Amino acid sequence: MTTNSRLSPLSVTNLTVAYQKKPVVRNVTFEVAEGELIGIIGPNGAGKSTLIKAILGLQPVLTGETLVYGKPYKSQRKLVGYVPQRESVDWDFPTNALDVVMMGRYGHLGLLRRPGAKERAIGMECLSKVGMADFAGRQISQLSGGQQQRVFLARALAQDATLYFMDEPFAGVDAATEKAIITLLNELKKQGKTVLVVHHDLATVDQYFDSVMLINGEMIAYGPTATTFTEQRLQEAYGGRLTFIKSHQAEEPAATARAGR
Amino acid sequence: MSGFWIMVTGALVASCCGILGCFLILRRMALVGDAISHSVLPGIVIAFLVSGSRDSVFMLFGAAIIGFVTVFLIQLFQNSGVQGDASIGVVFTSLFAAGVLLISLNASQVDLDLDCVLYGEIAYVHWNQLMINGVEVGPKAVWLLGITLFLIVAVIGLFYKQFKLCAFDPALAAAIGIPVALFHYVLMGLVSMATVSSFESVGAILVVGLLIVPPATAYLLTDRLGTMIGLSLVIGVISSIAGYYTAAVLDASIAGCMVCVAGVLFLLAFLFSPSHGLVVRKLRQRASTAREAY
Repeated sequence: MTTNSRLSPLSVTNLTVAYQKKPVVRNVTFEVAEGELIGIIGPNGAGKSTLIKAILGLQPVLTGETLVYGKPYKSQRKLVGYVPQRESVDWDFPTNALDVVMMGRYGHLGLLRRPGAKERAIGMECLSKVGMADFAGRQISQLSGGQQQRVFLARALAQDATLYFMDEPFAGVDAATEKAIITLLNELKKQGKTVLVVHHDLATVDQYFDSVMLINGEMIAYGPTATTFTEQRLQEAYGGRLTFIKSHQAEEPAATARAGR
Repeated sequence: MSGFWIMVTGALVASCCGILGCFLILRRMALVGDAISHSVLPGIVIAFLVSGSRDSVFMLFGAAIIGFVTVFLIQLFQNSGVQGDASIGVVFTSLFAAGVLLISLNASQVDLDLDCVLYGEIAYVHWNQLMINGVEVGPKAVWLLGITLFLIVAVIGLFYKQFKLCAFDPALAAAIGIPVALFHYVLMGLVSMATVSSFESVGAILVVGLLIVPPATAYLLTDRLGTMIGLSLVIGVISSIAGYYTAAVLDASIAGCMVCVAGVLFLLAFLFSPSHGLVVRKLRQRASTAREAY
């Protein structure tokens, strides 16, 4: 599961995060391979979002080291894109879709430069990639949940990163948006980019992701979906609370995964 | 001449507050503005006792420090499990009370009138002129407010995109390397400064009105942050000018009239705003139910 390439997009060593002394992420170590779509799976409260936030420095960590392409995250910010949970922002904020997408460029603009025509053009391009070009001038509160999610994705594209973190991009979106997102993810993968996605819908895991990371406070398993996304591992991650996992008994989960495509 | 300076003072207060207020209400921190405007009182009194004068520079400094202390304490209590609104209430009332206590204990030395602190003395601004080489160059309050406004415009103007992203999506802001906490405290520092520069003219209570009412009105009228700030400025300035004339006609408190006008403007926007107004929404609802009836 570990590659010995020194330039892994992301390597995390012994990461421990605690909220008021109660550890939520314990001693997590992993290294991701370039150009993969990776699903982060686990029950509620397993620390999936916390893990992402800790890697991005949004959450103080107790111990651990995070390297992005071999260097600390702080010096590699421009290589990393982030899609927070949709509910984390106030959609009544007085701004429109294009403006939100242009926020993805702020990291590249430096301290004082203002977004201008170039940023506007990039923003429009990213909006059209997620099929939202017609909504550029729309006040964001007037967009549906799925459209809001696509605006968030367009903003991440505008960040022009090579390593992406997406926190539940599929939560509460319509089928059209889900399809748009997965097309986009595959596009990113084709360009050699690496994407980590916090995901909830177990039914689609083997269709969407190359690798999965099962966590429940600590790392349960991490590896190729075919060999890692097994009933036994899932039971471990979900503490045996999972009664129904796959539509049919499969000794070889890889087979179902292929059939699903 | 006094009327002119009163209106200038009012307009400057409204402008300082109008710009900062937009960010406060978008970050759902309107009450933190309220808290700061009251809790700076002990800072002002201590600065007065230490420096022995009503020289505004000392007061600005003292108040800015207490402003930071306020924000810090509120956050500390919230992080340790006190409810958000309760911790705001505890911090600002305690600090304000401490200020009142300090004034009454040192009444003989402190030339601060509690009424003035609460309601301001905008009618007398032109009596307190700044003298340079023996020449009157305008009221001190106007200079102080002018400098504060310049600072606010400069800081917000230079770091507009940072303030905007911190208000909309602090997680992304932090992820791309914007020091969110620093900008938070800069904003709070500016609010403290605006409050102190304003309190002599409009008082601690009415400054909250100008900090919250014009931005809340502007919020109802537009879908763009830049426009919202502009409208908030215009509404603030209209409130202070119209407030002055209303006060002249009614022979009433000038600062009171200014905030009343702002309140009336808010009510008008609430009812008749083309995008968010109550009346328009009701009409639209009726139109759509009528369409369904066919």
